[in-house]
Order: sequence, then structure tokens, then C-alpha cells
Amino acid sequence: MKSSEELMSKLQPVLGLFLLVVFWELAFEMRLVDPVLLPSPAQSFQAFWHGLEEGSLWADLRRTVARTGISFAIALVIAVPLGILLGSSDKVYRALEFPIDFFRSTPASAMFPLFLILFGSGESTKIAVAAFGAALAILFATAYGVMNARKQRQLAARVMGASRLQVLSDVTIWESLPQTFVGMRSGVSLALVIVIVAEMFIGSTDGLGQRILKSQMVFDMPDMYASIFAAGALGYLLNLLFIVAERRFVHWGGK
Amino acid sequence: MQALKHMEAPQAARPPGAGEIAGMDLGHRWYAPGTHITIRGLHKTFGAHTLYDGFDLDIPKGKIISIFGPNGCGKSTLINMIAGILPYDKGQILFDGKDVHDTRIGYVFQNYREAVFPWMRAIDNIRYPLKYLDLSKGEKEARIDRLVESFDVKIDLNKYPYQMSGGQQQMVSIMRALVVDPEVLFLDEPFSALDYEMTQFLRDRLQKVFIERPVTTLLVSHDLDEAVYLADYVLLLSRNPTRIADFVPFDAPRPRSAETTLTPDFLRVKGHSLEIFQREVRK
Repeated sequence: MKSSEELMSKLQPVLGLFLLVVFWELAFEMRLVDPVLLPSPAQSFQAFWHGLEEGSLWADLRRTVARTGISFAIALVIAVPLGILLGSSDKVYRALEFPIDFFRSTPASAMFPLFLILFGSGESTKIAVAAFGAALAILFATAYGVMNARKQRQLAARVMGASRLQVLSDVTIWESLPQTFVGMRSGVSLALVIVIVAEMFIGSTDGLGQRILKSQMVFDMPDMYASIFAAGALGYLLNLLFIVAERRFVHWGGK
Repeated sequence: MQALKHMEAPQAARPPGAGEIAGMDLGHRWYAPGTHITIRGLHKTFGAHTLYDGFDLDIPKGKIISIFGPNGCGKSTLINMIAGILPYDKGQILFDGKDVHDTRIGYVFQNYREAVFPWMRAIDNIRYPLKYLDLSKGEKEARIDRLVESFDVKIDLNKYPYQMSGGQQQMVSIMRALVVDPEVLFLDEPFSALDYEMTQFLRDRLQKVFIERPVTTLLVSHDLDEAVYLADYVLLLSRNPTRIADFVPFDAPRPRSAETTLTPDFLRVKGHSLEIFQREVRK
């Protein structure tokens, strides 16, 4: 009895996935959707495996990872210091809150044409737009974290003899870290979204976005699903990576 | 600063024995012998609300002063101004003639949860203020060892604060305040969020530290028993604008224990303080 309960609790996380595949298989067997549009799970998985094996899916995946990584790194380097600066001054923050909030709420994809003019149709545009989107998310979260740092901890440091700069480096930045990590997590997701869209529509010859669009155009549906799955897995893993990093580096968060 | 003008200020409390000796005139800085902290002409308003208006106080050196008074009379405000973490509008506060920034102070907050640094282990929290002192590494470690020993710490100080109970966190906070060997120690209702057992434990440890090395201490308390029990002097404040209602000495020998609270002396001081407190509340 007990062991079957244990087994159930272990299986629960994959139960949803299992049901989805069963439902997909049934839909395929019963021809609920045109098989050309919806191949069987086995065919799609085969395409995924094949893509990895012969290397072209790997290559596209790597390109997307590289673009996302570079844009995220640029965003991080720009947004964290700016966020700290912004958050540590009430006056600066109040003056800039509206424009930042406005741009943060603007869909980054709406900026594509502008960035195309600024950076041309090459690699830099994709990275610039993704970095722009991610940077605003990180900037806002960091500034918020700095502004909401516990005043009493800052006082505690000051009373022990810390200078303003030392309060910032020893207390305020640590206090803001949990928020910064939240911003980084949404920032990296956003960067991936923008990179995929950019690969589809801004003259690309590689990357997952381009691969998804290309296989759709030639009606290679198994490969399209395989590429969508690869993009999904990438997003999921990135999120997971940041959650693990968050637990590791801000172990005190929420406690 | 014209501290001299306030010399005869009627509400300035003097330690006994100091009053009859003429105050020392050190040019522009005057203070009675045995005095550590002098407060002259302190003025503080919050908006239209005047909390302190020409407040004078002398705090004797190496003594524990419990501050007690009606709600909203500004007990915490007073120690925060003295500790230099709250600005005041007018007046002067000196420590042996020095400014607060030239004085080593320790401060224990009521809310320990937001006072210790959760990203540091307990031992690193205690070590932290030492970085602002000019000591060799060996000296720093020796100090920590001494403190840990005199506190008779039974818990693992390599834990993070969030892995500790509230009382243990407050103990870390108290040790952090004491490790710098402060000239003045500020305690803002340090036990009010703790259970009785932990409160007793920490009071005993504090007493032990005080006996080993007296340090000028300002304790804000809303528990009259505790205020008297720990005090050399009970500073009773009035409703605002805040004045000194009384400055009551209590010189029972240390270490004090539960028996101390049954002595006629304790009951007299407590009774007298309560009488004044009630008079001030009714005003």
C-alpha cells in the first residue's frame, strides 16, 4: 500500500506529460487532425533524434543559445549597475520611473524596425533587441530590490561605522539580490523569446527560430515539432538553471 | 554650540555626587565629572509635532540607564538621536567631549530579524563590525573567542541566522554589538519579541558582560520590572514635549537574580517609578 503511494507520488510529475503524449497519439490514430499537419509523437521524436544525430538541430540550438547568452550577458552588465544606481537615489528613480516603466511595458518586438535601422539586418540587431528587452526587466527588478532594502539593516551597518559606499556594498546590494535574480530569470526568458522571433523574421540562416519557420514552409512537420520541442526544452532548462542558481546564491531569500 | 547657556537647565539630570561638585568648564564644552554623554538643548520635531524642545541630560559613565515612559514620548527617538542614526534639529550631543562618529558604539535593535545579515553565517555577523576597527587579524579572532566564551554559546555559530530561533538571532545581534568593545551600548527593547526563557538567559549574559567590563548602556524598555532589574538608573520621561520626569538610582549589587526583585529596595524604586509614570500618563 505504502510503496504504491510512493510510486504514485514519484510518477505524478510525469503524469501530465504522459497524458499529453497519449492524447496526441490518440488524435493521430483517430485522424482527428490531418496527419500531414500533426504527425505521430514517434515521428516527431524521430525527427528530433535525427536532427541531433546528424547535427543540424544541434547547430541551430547552439546558435540560439549563443545569441540568448550574449544578449543576456550584455543586459546583465548594463542593467545591474544601472539598477543599483537608480534604486539608491530616490530622486533619480522618481525622475526616471515613468520612462523606464513605459519602455519595459513596450513589447520589445515593436522595436525591431527601429533596431534594424540602427544596427542593420545582421547579427547585431537580434542581439541588441534581445539585450534591450532583458536589460529593462533586470534593471527594473534590481532598482526595485535596492529601493526596498531593509532600512534597519542599512542602519545597523551605519551604526557599526560603515560609510555610504560600504552600506551599499555590504548591505544594499545583498538585500537586492533576491529581486535581481527574479529579474534575471524573467530577463533570460524574454531574451530567448526575442531571439527566436528575430531568427524567424530578421534575415537568418541559422538558429531554432529560423529552423521552425523553414520546416513549416516546406511542410516538414515532424522537424517543425522537433524544433519547437527543442526551443521549449531550452526555455525550460534556462529557467531551471536560474532557479538552481538562485537557491545557491540567495539561499536566505524568502526566509 | 553655546552649551554653557544650558548649564543651569533645570531638567538636566546629574549623577549623584556630581551635582555638588562644580561642573568642569572646558571652554565651550562643559560636563560634570563622571559624565559620559552630555545632551544640551536637544530639539526635535516631526512635522508640526514637537517631540523634544530644549532637552538636557547627563549620562554617567559605565552605568546602565533604563529609559521608561508613556507611549509616544520618544524613547527610541532619543536613543536613535544619541546613536547618530536619527538627525535632530538643534542641540548638541557629546561623548566625553567627542562626536558620535569618533565613538565606538554597539546597537541592538528590537527587530532582530531585520538587524542581522541573513547572507552571512552567525559567526561572520559577529565578526562584521571588527572590519571597521584597526586591529590585527589575530586580535580580532581573540576577541571573538573571548566573547563566545563569556557568552557560553552552546549553539553552532556556523549556522545562518534563518536556521536559528529568534532568541538565538538576538543573541548574535547582541554579540555583534559587544564585539567592538563599545564605549556606549544601545539596547532598543531587545527582549520584547522573545520568550521568557530566552529573555532571562540573555539578561544574565548581559549582566555577566557588564560585571566583567562596565559599559555605558542605554536600554529602552516597556517592561518596568525589566527596566529596574537591569538599571543603575531609571530615566523616567514625561509626555511630549518630552522632559525628564525623574532619574532614579537603583544600586542593588550585581549579579542580580530573581531574589533581587523581592528586595524592599527594588520594590521601592519600582513603586516610585510607577507612581511617576502614572502621573505622567494622566497629564
